[in-house]
Amino acid sequence: MSDSTRTDYLDLDTKDETFLDATELVLNMGPQHPSTHGVLRVILKLDGEKVLGTECVIGYLHRGVEKIGENRTYAMFNPYVDRMDYVASVSNGLGYCEAVEKLLNVEAPPRAQYIRVILTELCRIASHQVWLGTHALDIGALTPLFYCFRDREEILKIFEKYCGARLTTHAFRIGGCIYEAYDGFEQDCQKFCDAFLPKLDEYEELLTTNRIWVRRTKGVGILNPEDCIALGVTGPVLRAAGVKWDLRRAQPYEAYKDFDFEIPTGLNGDTYDRYLVRIEEMRQSVRIIRQAVEGLPQGPIMAKVPKVIKPPVGEIYHSIEAPKGELGYFIVSDGSTQPYRVRVRPPSFVNLQALDKMVRGLLVADVVAVIGTLDIVLGEVDR
Amino acid sequence: MPDETKNPNPVLPESEAPTTPQSGQAGEADASASSSVTPAAGNPDTSAEQSVSLPAKPEAAAKLDGPAKPVAAPATGEKPAAPVAAKPAAKPAPKPEGPKPEPWDSDLVGRLRSQYGSGIREASTYLGQKYLVLDSTILYEILLRMRNDELFDYCVDITAVHYPKREAQFDIIYVLYSFHHNERVRIKSYIKEDEHLPTAVGIWETANWLEREVYDMFGIVFDGHPDLKRILMPDGWKGHPLRKDYPILQQDQEWVKINLGIESGQ
Repeated sequence: MSDSTRTDYLDLDTKDETFLDATELVLNMGPQHPSTHGVLRVILKLDGEKVLGTECVIGYLHRGVEKIGENRTYAMFNPYVDRMDYVASVSNGLGYCEAVEKLLNVEAPPRAQYIRVILTELCRIASHQVWLGTHALDIGALTPLFYCFRDREEILKIFEKYCGARLTTHAFRIGGCIYEAYDGFEQDCQKFCDAFLPKLDEYEELLTTNRIWVRRTKGVGILNPEDCIALGVTGPVLRAAGVKWDLRRAQPYEAYKDFDFEIPTGLNGDTYDRYLVRIEEMRQSVRIIRQAVEGLPQGPIMAKVPKVIKPPVGEIYHSIEAPKGELGYFIVSDGSTQPYRVRVRPPSFVNLQALDKMVRGLLVADVVAVIGTLDIVLGEVDR
Repeated sequence: MPDETKNPNPVLPESEAPTTPQSGQAGEADASASSSVTPAAGNPDTSAEQSVSLPAKPEAAAKLDGPAKPVAAPATGEKPAAPVAAKPAAKPAPKPEGPKPEPWDSDLVGRLRSQYGSGIREASTYLGQKYLVLDSTILYEILLRMRNDELFDYCVDITAVHYPKREAQFDIIYVLYSFHHNERVRIKSYIKEDEHLPTAVGIWETANWLEREVYDMFGIVFDGHPDLKRILMPDGWKGHPLRKDYPILQQDQEWVKINLGIESGQ
């Protein structure tokens, strides 16, 4: 037997480099993964534990909210928007009602605006609490979840007393509020504010200086301001990168110009900074709620809005600072009772796009942390 | 139109009625008018020809369908007498409502106008919101300019609106924001059914998913996009759900059958 035939067959000249050197592994995370916060599928390209690249597959929760909007009257579509970002439904409703009010060229009366601000800020706290609880849980801290959900209960109780619903509230109507503040509303809000601040300190005691927490979050998922702006990232993620931009301040809507509050910003744009920014935002929300409760004016809660809402022909884009970022509504009216087109600019959808940039070069466990820190709600991503 | 049944002349109601929808968009009203005239009259008249033929009809008939006139008046303009008699019957409310877009004058518009001339079709504000309407041919140039020279560094949203009756079927809308000026501008362009647009991913990274969504929902193709595929709907889905010719209950039955193993989701 000659050697030459053998080498031809076995190709001995080239070294087998793939042995024990699996350079690239493609791994599916989700759609049913506990730390993807819903049904998000992330395709990870891995080198060992290191992430080389990701691709998000979304749409599992797509319900065609925008299409539904075109086939409902303006008032009928109002409850639907609550189902997008279901942990911050009050904010969704506020954005929609304001957009339609703008189209109608009416403004909610001052009392309604204050009630709206109080509820929206309560909702911001509730949303951040859900974020903190689940984010900490993903990283391995179990206790904050219980603390957060325990304290969030108080907010949901206020919602329940105010409008009968806890989660998908449908609290506002086009033109103002439908419900007057119940007896003891102000006291409930004050009581919540008083009780909440020590609890916020409690969260911080658990996490801010916790060595594991710091090691898991500091320097993880850094997003610099330039990338944030190029990627259209808004909300706490943008502010943690050091950009002092908040729509409540930049282009005030409702009664926000009446209130005194700070816009917390971070320095490094990492997961830890985003945590600090959100914690501080909760404090500022408490500040706003206190001012709004104290200054709650008397008067009507509903502007003069026709029974059948028929905005004149035109287009409007209106956006608010939702807990997750800029939530915009682009509405086209053709003069009929139904919107010709409703476009929702969801903050979660746009922010999620930054995931790939944030996790490249990190470990798989960090992907979990970064998804948590982006604070996405899949109901809003997929709409 | 309630008068259709009363009118003795069978030709008139057919030609009159279509002009009644109180839609403010002249383009749409025209389109619906000409489409419903053709089966009755037998010749594909445009609405302009139709208005010429109208005064020849007996005056009594014209008076009968008076309430239709107030809305139709701007299109025809040749029979101003009839609406006056009929006005009390018609609703007076819908006419005066609605703020109108006002011309938007600023340095930015001046600079763009001086360079692109008639390419900038409209620069207006509506309810305090600024928008530009452009020729789709210069869209990319303007977007690039807005980003680099005018410092609109944040692309808030890209979306589209479908007007099936128009010749240029789609509005494409870019919502831009400038951190430097704290200013928002909408840029709008009309594009035809099979017209492609250059991608804006090179200008703002965020355009990636936003354009994918527009493609998914409307079927508008962005040339040069790094990864233009469906984003919310499943990959193999047929049809673009946010088009107006896609009814709300429509589904890709074949896809549902193959992938979900059921006859229909309904």
